[in-house]
This record gives sequence, structure tokens and C-alpha cells, in this order.
Amino acid sequence: MSNETTASKVDLTAIINKWKNVEGSLVMMLHSVQDACGYVPRETAMEISKQTSIPLAKIYEVLTFYHFFKLTPPAKYQISVCTGTACYLKGAPQLLAELEKVINVKAGQTSEDGKFSVQALRCIGCCGLAPVISINGKIHGQVKPADIKGIIEETTKGEATHE
Amino acid sequence: MNSNKINKIKENFKKQYAKIKNRVVICGGTGCIAGGSQQVYEAFQEEYKKRGLDYCLEITDGCRENSTYISKSGCQGFCAQGPLVSVGEIFYTKVKPADVPEIVEKTVLKGEVVERLLYVNPVNGEHCKTHEDIPFYKKQHRILLADCGKINPEDINEYIGHNGYQGLLKAFEIGPEGVIEEMKKSGLRGRGGAGFPTWLKWDLTRKPKSKEKFMICNGDEGDPGAYMDRSLLEGNPHSVVEGMIIAGYTIGASKGLFYIRAEYPLAIKRIQKAIDDCYKMGLLGKNILGSKFNYDLEIRYGAGAFVCGEETALITSIEGNRGTPRPKPPFPATCGLWGKPTAINNVETLANIPYIMVKGGDWYSQMGVGKSKGTKVFAMTGKVKNTGLVEVPMGITVKEIVYDIGGGPLKGDKAKAVQTGGPSGGVIDPAHFDMPITYESLQEIGAIMGSGGFIVMDETDCMVDIAKFYLDFCVDESCGKCAPCRIGGYQMLQILNRITEGKGKPEDVDKLKDIAHAMQKASLCALGQTAPNPVLSTLKFFPEEYAEHINEKHCKTGKCSKLVRYEITDKCIGCGMCKRACPANAITGEVKQKHVINQEKCIKCGLCFNNCKFKAIVKK
Repeated sequence: MSNETTASKVDLTAIINKWKNVEGSLVMMLHSVQDACGYVPRETAMEISKQTSIPLAKIYEVLTFYHFFKLTPPAKYQISVCTGTACYLKGAPQLLAELEKVINVKAGQTSEDGKFSVQALRCIGCCGLAPVISINGKIHGQVKPADIKGIIEETTKGEATHE
Repeated sequence: MNSNKINKIKENFKKQYAKIKNRVVICGGTGCIAGGSQQVYEAFQEEYKKRGLDYCLEITDGCRENSTYISKSGCQGFCAQGPLVSVGEIFYTKVKPADVPEIVEKTVLKGEVVERLLYVNPVNGEHCKTHEDIPFYKKQHRILLADCGKINPEDINEYIGHNGYQGLLKAFEIGPEGVIEEMKKSGLRGRGGAGFPTWLKWDLTRKPKSKEKFMICNGDEGDPGAYMDRSLLEGNPHSVVEGMIIAGYTIGASKGLFYIRAEYPLAIKRIQKAIDDCYKMGLLGKNILGSKFNYDLEIRYGAGAFVCGEETALITSIEGNRGTPRPKPPFPATCGLWGKPTAINNVETLANIPYIMVKGGDWYSQMGVGKSKGTKVFAMTGKVKNTGLVEVPMGITVKEIVYDIGGGPLKGDKAKAVQTGGPSGGVIDPAHFDMPITYESLQEIGAIMGSGGFIVMDETDCMVDIAKFYLDFCVDESCGKCAPCRIGGYQMLQILNRITEGKGKPEDVDKLKDIAHAMQKASLCALGQTAPNPVLSTLKFFPEEYAEHINEKHCKTGKCSKLVRYEITDKCIGCGMCKRACPANAITGEVKQKHVINQEKCIKCGLCFNNCKFKAIVKK
């Protein structure tokens, strides 16, 4: 995924037209952009600024305040480890350590080939299944460190046929 | 007023529903979906097709006599046992798609029970056939969660069929003042944590004269370890939407906004569908059901900032800015969104409204004790056998929740503590397990009701580590606007880090308390004012653990890895694996002789412990 293709994928004019007359809609606009390309590319932020007259500084002020917004392209497999209280107590730190061992990516980082990213997430609201990890939105519950390897293999299975 | 329309839908739903012979409900809560309930749902359809049996996926005029209604429901609460399936009264746990043919063959067609899928009571080994037989459900008082686990969240007709929007009709009938009177009788207080009387909030927002007023639903559930709002939004979206319409009507709002975390996509989807269906049915928009009341509902997404659960920060966020709080007064009731009078209620509070309208404030206030009325939903998690959502009457004791509903601690027979209120709350020690839970009683001992996180901890959990965990969260989530929170939190965290690394000093405890009290008094918003609570409360009930960490440089649970002491026992055969693994050259010993760890040199990395094949190394 290169920046150019993702940035041009967004129908920015449609997004802006939908929200420009609604007061305080900057956050919603940014959500729509991230929804379409997985992150908010700088050129898109600049374009929003140009078309809406919202200063670029203000856009970045908002983008960097909220954890949800990403400024870099997402990895192919986005792994989130829930570190909410329930998951923390039931071994989320061990899962992060195991992930580092298996795919060599630390929390908050993306692997050099852009394949994996690991993120420590606050709470995804599946506390009954703690500890929980999610890979591209698919939730795996009651995960033990020993399961990590299998889950990664399962997820990346069929990789060769896709590419 | 045009109430006929709703009542017609209700009657028709009942008529159609009567044609159904039996009903299969598959839990569609997030927990069960993660466990594969969608596949189970599909497997049922497949099986019915294969056998040529009649079934329907929603109740419409096209449903045939004696067919089976296969439906999904919202979260049924018993998340640890999912996917959950019920056939009529019979309740199955941990169902896999492969079990479906047997369920259809035996239970649906012959009315027999598939024993192996029943929940087994771990206390007496009995198989539980229905919800009512299961201790987890027996002691609960499920009002909000009952419908949440029964009706199809995506079908407005079914909601109406189950008395849905009758509360709104009642509100139109008795008028805004009547609603406030009824709410006053009910004694309902804000379920977001602070416990402000709901009627008073509405009354304060209703009084100011203003062309525009706003009603906001706070769905920014940020407490890590709480998910009742998510479950209600996903499981019974119409109850929250109905609550929002009644609230908007009462305060005279022209517009209502849902503020929901973007991390909850299913909740957003279901609320959007509920809103769309309401517009189609004339329950939103202009002149709702002929009442002359005009009202619109929209959704705004949160973006992962805990502080946005604070009402002024939430308003700032909806206005399109960084979500930072502002001083109060003025309160939102007089000067809220865009400077207009605004009422903000939590999801669970709003979900209660339709029930109070239909059954009356007196009915509601019968439940609970003292100034805490009604029921409260808790998300029970942590080291307890039955994790899940529980709805209990106010005034129940911790003991009843943990032992009777939760089945007791996961290991051993004693829970060490229960934490409520998340990062803003505190712990309840075993000495207070018999105390009735109310807003006041929890506050008194330094915990809070909070939004409903209820985390059970056992002997393996280190209280200093827990305090550090919560404080770390608050430091990370502090918006940085005011100094007491920004700097105070950081300094407290530095001290806790020191203590858990074995560098604590005796004066640290007093220093923690000093900073904590300053933060409580001087912070701008509730985040900073309550952030020290977990530290103060663990200091109050578990001072000996802090003393152990500081004076003896020891953590008996082993959670603080830098304070662990590794020792080699007599099981050692002298293989030398540990010696080779040790990066600090801290282990010495001759071949085939017991090795020794030099504690001075040991860096507590744990490699020796992990590499020993004879379990000869122990953590102390």
C-alpha cells in the first residue's frame, strides 16, 4: 500500500460536502477519511484545510489528541492487545512479550516490511473473554501466550495464494 | 395524539408471534460473536433448510404457522460461557456449529435435552436446564438486561411488540412536568458514576428559556474493564433511543446527539439502524406521533480519549475540538453545547427511562436502598469463575455478587479485593464485603460506584502494581490542560515506579498522599480529581504491601518483576542450563552440583527460571 494510492482512493469532496455545513464536524470528517484509507495522510489533511479553511495546525491538534487517529499507513495485519484491567490481570503483558518473541514487533511499532503492527489497546469491551487480542478486527478470546504462534500462523495462512 | 400506530404494530407483532411454535435465540453479543455465534446462527438455518423445516428470521406477516423463529439477541451477560443458545426455555452454553444438528434433532423436534451442552453448576455438579437454574442468573434482578438478551436488537417491530415506545406514549400523555414528577418518584440517579439525580438534571435544563436545547447520550465508555454501555447500545438500542426521545421531549430539546466510541462499530451500526427505523415510523422528525414535538437524533463518534467521558470535555469534542474540559460553573444545563442548555446522560441511565415511564416511578423506587434506587449493571471480570454482565438491585453486598453470582474466586476460596469505578475508583477490601453497595457507602470507603466496572482480585494480584496500572492510565489520558493533573499524576507515577523497582524510600508514602490531596482539590475536571483514588484506596486498605515493597524490597505476588527473588532449590541436578542462560553471569556452581544465584548480580530477567527443565528454580 503506497501513500498515493490510498490517498487518492478517498472521495474527499464527497466527505467535505457532507460535513462542511455542519458545525464542529472536523472530527467526523477525519473519521470518514480514516475509514476509507486506514489513516489520515498528510496530503488529505492539507486538502481538507484548503477546502474548509480550517487551519492545518488545528487539524493536527485534533488528530494528535485522539488515540484513534493514525498518521501512518496501517500494517497488513493490525494486532491489538487489549490492556484493559481485566485483560491486564489475566496476562496481557505476557501476550505482548510473546508477540515480541514470535513476530519481533513491540507494542506501538510496525514491522519493517509493513506486515505486522502491534498496539496495546485500552479496552475493547470483551472483558468476559479476557485476555483478548484482535487482529484486523477479529477477536480472539482467552488467549494464552502459547496460543500466539498458532493464531499468527492461522491468520497469515493462505498468504502465498493471495499474493 | 396518534398512539394507534404504535399499538397496531404491537398487536400485529403479537398476532404474528403467536403463530410461532418455538424460538431459537443465539446470543449476538460481542463476546459470543468472538466465540463463533454467527456460525452457529448460520448452522441453524442450514440445518432447517436441510430438513425442510419452516423457519423465519424475523417476525413478519409472512411467518408460517408452527415455524421456528431463529433470532439473534443482544448480550446475555454470561460471556465466559458463550456462545449461548436457548431453545424455548432450555439454555445451552459453549455451543459449536457441529452441535446444531443434535440440538435440532433432539431439542427442537423431540423436546429432549442435550445434557452435555447444559451449564454445570461447579459447586454441586448439577446440570442446569434453564436460566433460572443457574446461580449466575438466579440472584440477579434483570430489567435492562432481560430484554437485552431476548429481543432482536435490529427489529423495531419486536421492540414495539415488547412494550417498546409505550414509555414515550406515556410521556406525551403526562407532559414534561409529569415526566419529571415520575422521575423524581423513581429516585433514578446518573449511572455514569457520579450519581446526580436524573430528574434534577432534566429540570435544570428544562427551565432556561432558549430557542435551541440539546440532549446528549454519553456513550464514551472509557473505563478499561467495563462494557455495560456497549452491551446495551448493541443489545437493546431502541431502549436507549426511546430514553433519548423522552429526555429530549422533557427538557424541550430540538436535537439529540449520541456520542459513541469509534471503537464500538457494532454499537454505532445498531444505533444508526434504530434511528433510521424510528424516522421511517414517525418516531423521530417533525410532529412525532402528532404530539407537535419536533426532534432529530444523530451520532457523533468519539475517538479514543478517556477524558471525553467528562461532560464538558465531551461537549468540546462534539464541537470539533481537542476534548479538553472547562471549568464548571457554568454547568451544561445552562451553557452546554454551542453555549445552549444541554443535558447529558449516560447510556444505562437512558435505558432505564422507558421502564420507569411504563411501570411508574413507585415501582422503580421499590428496588434498592436509601438514596440509591433501582438496579445497577456491573461488568464482573478478573479472577472470578463467572465473568460477565450482572444486573443487581442497589444495596446488594459485594459478597453476594462475587460468591453467589460470580461463583467465587477463580482459584482458592478467598478474593483479596474488588475494584470498582475503574481508574477513578478504589478497592473494597474483604472486611467490607458485607456492606450494601450504594453510591454513599462506596464513596465513604474511598471507592466509587463509577460506571460499573467490577474487578475481582485474588492473592496473586499486587495492589501496588494495580495502583500503578490505573495511575499510568490516567497519566496517559490526562489532557494536559491543568497543571495539578498533568504534573501531579506524572510525579505520583514516578514514585510508584520507583517503589515497584525496589528503590522506594520510607517518605514516599507521605509524598504520594500529599500530591494526591493536591490533585483532588486543584484539578480542573473529574479525571484529575479522581485519578489518585486507586492509590489512596490501596494505601488505606493494603498499607502492608507498600511497606513490604519499600522496606523489604519484596513483592510477594511476584508481579513486580524487579522485586522478585530467584532461588535454586535442592531439585537442582547441576546441568548448567541456567548458568549458560544467565546474561549477568550471576549463577555459579560445579557440574552435577547444586548451583547458586548471586543476588547482588541478578538482574531479575527470569531467563534461568524459564530455562530450568527440573523446576529447581523458584520465584519468591
